[in-house]
Amino acid sequence: MATETHDAVEGAAHAAESAGMPQLDFSTWGNQIFWLIVTLVVIYLILSKIALPRVGAVLADRAGTIANNIAAADELKQKAKDAEAAYDKALADARAEASSIVEATRAENAEKLKAATAEADAKIAAKTAEGEAAIAEIRAGAAVAAETVAREAAAEIVSAMGFKASDEEIAAGVSSRLKG
Amino acid sequence: MATEAHGAEEGSSLVFHPMDQFIVKPLFGGTEVHWYTITNVTLWMALTIVAVLALMVLGTSGKKQVPSRGQSMAEMAYGFVYKMVEDVSGKDGLRYFPYIFTLFMFIVFANVLGLLPMSFTTTSHFAVTVVLALAVFLGVTILGFVLHGTHFLGLFWVSSAPGPLRPVLAVIEIISYFVRPVSHSIRLAGNVMAGHAVIKVFAGFAAIAAVSPVSILAIVGMYGLEVLVAFIQAYVFTILTCVYLKDALHPAH
Repeated sequence: MATETHDAVEGAAHAAESAGMPQLDFSTWGNQIFWLIVTLVVIYLILSKIALPRVGAVLADRAGTIANNIAAADELKQKAKDAEAAYDKALADARAEASSIVEATRAENAEKLKAATAEADAKIAAKTAEGEAAIAEIRAGAAVAAETVAREAAAEIVSAMGFKASDEEIAAGVSSRLKG
Repeated sequence: MATEAHGAEEGSSLVFHPMDQFIVKPLFGGTEVHWYTITNVTLWMALTIVAVLALMVLGTSGKKQVPSRGQSMAEMAYGFVYKMVEDVSGKDGLRYFPYIFTLFMFIVFANVLGLLPMSFTTTSHFAVTVVLALAVFLGVTILGFVLHGTHFLGLFWVSSAPGPLRPVLAVIEIISYFVRPVSHSIRLAGNVMAGHAVIKVFAGFAAIAAVSPVSILAIVGMYGLEVLVAFIQAYVFTILTCVYLKDALHPAH
């Protein structure tokens, strides 16, 4: 090539000029292949001895933790559900008990009320009877007193008028008049 | 090429050396490249190892249940490749997961490190990708014969096709089987090399004031594309490895 002379001057252009593509300069292949194999072996050892077991363990560990946490969450959810059911049951029981107590108290009170009413009625009847008796007595007392007063008054009047009359006559007369 | 060199000699500002970035040269003087010479290839492969070490070992050193940012990225890479192997190759392919993960990590970090300015991209060389592809090809073929013996050849015999067609299909299958390592290696190196060379060409145009804004915009666009290509090519190489592995594990059509 005409560029042989330039190569000496321009060292940088050397390979490009002589081979066209450095990739096809087979004199460097041995070097590249040697270092490539060294590199691949080193990377393989690093990865297979250290990195891959480590990352694999971390990923498995994490998957295990996530599964455990999900299981724990499910368990807690079940517990919460159970607790809610227990709460609902307790609430219903308490309601039923309260209503039964209300019912019982109401019945008891009605009973007491009835008893008290009956007692009061009895007392009222007794008082009424007592009162009526007293009235009758008073009334009887008053009739006797009226007869006595009338007899005395009649005896006075008879004596004042100068007549004589026995007590029996006066009494008979008074009582007949009072009755009339 | 001769004209380029002449242009450079005449002092023109337009100098294209898009392929210079791929030159393998010794790091500590000298011009001879022996197989043991420490070259820029050595440097950038060592940096690849450092990057893998940083992400996969230092990043995961916490072993936390709730991952840090580094650990989360390492786990993402692990999960990505693990799922790929599982989905494509099947459960029994997971035995070879460390090898496939090694390939993926090497390619993805070599590609990404190669995107640093002034860097050397090891995966842009056919020497590298051919070795990778041949390792996959030979490994998978040997594995197929070890696991299935001569039944592995059933891979080439399309028993669901009509009888007379089968020999024809077998020839096609065999050819396509042997083309695998070629396409497998050239796809990776070709993509990476082409992108880097195009960026370099645009960079050469940046020397002309009139077009430099366009050229810089183009470099930005190409760079974004190259970032995508770096990941996609690593992904494609890995998933094809998984597909070939599946053929070795389950050769029946």
